[in-house]
Amino acid sequence: MSDLGLETTATLACTVNGEPVRAIVPVRQSLVDWLRHGLGLTGSHVGCEHGVCGACTILVDGRTVRGCLMLAMQVDGLAVETIEGATASGRVVALQAAFRERAALQCGFCTPGMVLTAAELLASEPRPSRARIREAISGNYCRCTGYQAIVDAVAAAGGND
Amino acid sequence: MPDRLLGSTEAQIGASRPRARSRALLAGRGRYLDDINLPRQVHAAFLRSPVPAAVIDRLEVSAAARSPGVVAVLTWADLAPVCQAWRTLSAAFPGLAAPEQTPLANGRVTSVGEPIALVLAASRALAEDAVAAIELDWRERPAVGVATAALAADAPLVHPELGSNLAWRFAAETGDVAAAFASAATVVEERFVFSRHTGVTLEPRGILAAFEPSEGRLEVWASHQMPHQLQLHLGELLELAMSQVRVTASDVGGGFGVKMHVYPDEVAVCAAARLLGRPVKFVADRLESLMSDIHAREHVIEARLAVDAEGRLLAIDAKGVQGIGSHSVFPRSSTVETLMAMRTLGAPYGLAAARAQADVVFQNKAMTGQYRSVGHPIACAVTERLVDMAARARGEDPLAMRRRNYLEPGDGRCRTALGLEVFDLSHVACLDRLEALMGLPALRQSVAARRQAGEVLGLGFAAFVEMTATGSEVYGMAGVPVAAADTIQLAVEPDGSLKASASLSELGQGTDEGLVQVLADAVGVAPERIGLEMGRTASGPHGGGAWASRGAAIGGEAAWHAGRKLRGQILAAAAALLQTPAAALDLVAGCIVDAQRHERITLAALARTVHFAGHEFPQGTLPQLQVAHHYRREADIAIPTNGIQAALVQLCPETGLVRCLQHWVVHDCGRIINPLLAGEQVRGGVVQGIGAALFEHCRYDAQANFLDGSLADYLVPMAMEMPDIAVGHVETLYRGSTLGAKGAGEAGTCAASAAVLNAVNDALAAVGGGRLAEIPLTPPLVLAALNDRSNAG
Repeated sequence: MSDLGLETTATLACTVNGEPVRAIVPVRQSLVDWLRHGLGLTGSHVGCEHGVCGACTILVDGRTVRGCLMLAMQVDGLAVETIEGATASGRVVALQAAFRERAALQCGFCTPGMVLTAAELLASEPRPSRARIREAISGNYCRCTGYQAIVDAVAAAGGND
Repeated sequence: MPDRLLGSTEAQIGASRPRARSRALLAGRGRYLDDINLPRQVHAAFLRSPVPAAVIDRLEVSAAARSPGVVAVLTWADLAPVCQAWRTLSAAFPGLAAPEQTPLANGRVTSVGEPIALVLAASRALAEDAVAAIELDWRERPAVGVATAALAADAPLVHPELGSNLAWRFAAETGDVAAAFASAATVVEERFVFSRHTGVTLEPRGILAAFEPSEGRLEVWASHQMPHQLQLHLGELLELAMSQVRVTASDVGGGFGVKMHVYPDEVAVCAAARLLGRPVKFVADRLESLMSDIHAREHVIEARLAVDAEGRLLAIDAKGVQGIGSHSVFPRSSTVETLMAMRTLGAPYGLAAARAQADVVFQNKAMTGQYRSVGHPIACAVTERLVDMAARARGEDPLAMRRRNYLEPGDGRCRTALGLEVFDLSHVACLDRLEALMGLPALRQSVAARRQAGEVLGLGFAAFVEMTATGSEVYGMAGVPVAAADTIQLAVEPDGSLKASASLSELGQGTDEGLVQVLADAVGVAPERIGLEMGRTASGPHGGGAWASRGAAIGGEAAWHAGRKLRGQILAAAAALLQTPAAALDLVAGCIVDAQRHERITLAALARTVHFAGHEFPQGTLPQLQVAHHYRREADIAIPTNGIQAALVQLCPETGLVRCLQHWVVHDCGRIINPLLAGEQVRGGVVQGIGAALFEHCRYDAQANFLDGSLADYLVPMAMEMPDIAVGHVETLYRGSTLGAKGAGEAGTCAASAAVLNAVNDALAAVGGGRLAEIPLTPPLVLAALNDRSNAG
């Protein structure tokens, strides 16, 4: 059942994971809800809808944002990247391998956001200290691991283990 | 394993293998509940009670029903024709008060967040719009918030028909407690306050239900720890045969005990799907999660400990109150928490006498329930704090005190003072290992030097016993249908790979990987050749799911025996085909070999023959190549595990903030199937315990209004505030099983709060501050204790 006919909508044009997208979206719909339910990009997760937990972390014009704190319409004309795109391009492959080897994920719900946040850190600071890693991922809650394995994995991916 | 494979290429049991499933999860290709959609599905939003206690005078939904996109607005009157109410009954808790509970409010509400009406609409947003259009008139009733006030003569009644707020009362006594305290050289006592916290699974609870009227079949997808239990209760409540109810749990974004209950809102969704004949999806938002997921703990306990002149512990005496909220959670009952909190008091130590009493009371708050390490962290904090206080009163090392008093049955078994049967423990070995892991003498010198330099540092310890892998007696004798057994089905596919199905559940712990490792060794194939399915009642055998740290100890054992059975069938089939005695054959890495290790036939070729060229077998030979093994432990009501934790903390004198600098754990979970994953279970559990000790709090005001609206209010530990956690293991095998595995998943949570509490008190004592016995240890509490000079020398 489509809800579009019942909502105030607008037309949105942007790129998502490098592909041009045009869509009619409810103006009140959050970016992460649109990515998930409009485009089927379910790798971005909704954990709190208050911008606290970081599970919805995605990139807009190359910078991490909270997908729950932006409206879909706010990316009109911009470039969106999700974990699906980052995976396909291979740009987070070292982090993904390090997370896997170190068991730096359990339920996996926080993991896509965690990987994208860690990738942003490593892009600007290739060999961060453990304290710096902990600080950088503190906007991403993980309820399963206790974080140490994640810190280890990010350090390893940065060549600093 | 008595019969470890001869010539096995590489043992999988004991290997640190990353979870196979982690590749998909890392790529964002997990399939969590909200990732699943069905044609014609509608979305649910609930009107929830805004007040803690009220009688509903008028519930008018007609305007909401006309709201855009709305398909239906349902109340209890609508659901009642297709759904039963329930009561939480358990013979394990004699006298347990069991008020009726309905999926939507039946004329009154007893806590903030209780579902009153259900809107079904084209989207969650439209459903929420319509919720705002429901007209509700209520008369607020006085509410009970504070647990210790719930039994006062003038306390309002949560359920007036019960005549009391007492849900259940626990009492146990062994030995002569009065005489022990009368003869004691040292008595220490404390009043402990354990606030409510909750699991905060990062993926909220969610359920998607579809009903096929022509077949009378309810198909449910749920983010749940025990789909088989949910299937059973949905069948009962909706009056469907279990064979008509299918529950699937795919990827589950955390459980920790939150997702093991039958929640009113989830039952309402299934009943609505049946009424509407179209799929209904409900995914809780975070506010709903915080107010309606089970909360945990909430105890006030007054306790004392008697010690003789030689420093031997004589007796413990505790009296507690637990507030469980508006109902005892269905189907297991919230009282399990108090039972375990009382029964595990003093568990690491030999005590001649013990007394434990507790009142479990109803309040106008969210239900509490089984959260990671049920009850144990409470007992551990009480016991370990008292032991530290006694050591300080005697002027001796807290570890010397523990070492002197450990209860170690050696090769035998014995009972703790409060009735737990313990065996195969290793307290002294764990303590030795901990001291080495910490480099304790050097660490203590460093702490002393840093204190000299003005830092407020504390070092705290907490030993523990945790009862894991609960056996069938517990719920079976209580008359509660909870599976303590598990079953593995195993079959050989035509290409020689294995198809396995387990009644266990996977929530990220890695039970799936561990089971595959056990199966690989038991059968004699590579783990990559095993496809394991879990979480599907339609195709999987009935069993327990994820609770009580049972994956390795019960699931692993089921897997081992299933694997050995299948291996026997494979070798028998090969023997028939090859005209060779089965005893002369072995199965190694997917090949059937003879006594000289020469390959005779691959499992793939054998399987192909069985499936597609069965005529090649001698007349009368019908190889099955498929087994099911149902494993139930016949002895021991639970498997005790033990260990010890240590915490180093730093207090900030200006802010009262507690910083955890380092944490250590030594644990004995018997045979470790996967050291990598077992270590991470411990670490994750520790951080949940540290969260409870320092941050996490479901806050209510005195009138039981809920005050936490988001994760900005309810504080979950973040990476920058958590320490590195060193984990060591001692492996004392459980002698009652083949593998010898014990539970590992909850041990981290069991003692972490206690270690931090002791560390903070150690820091306070070092600067002449007051004592603290309340968690979370918030900055105002810590500042007050730092400024309390009453103990200053």
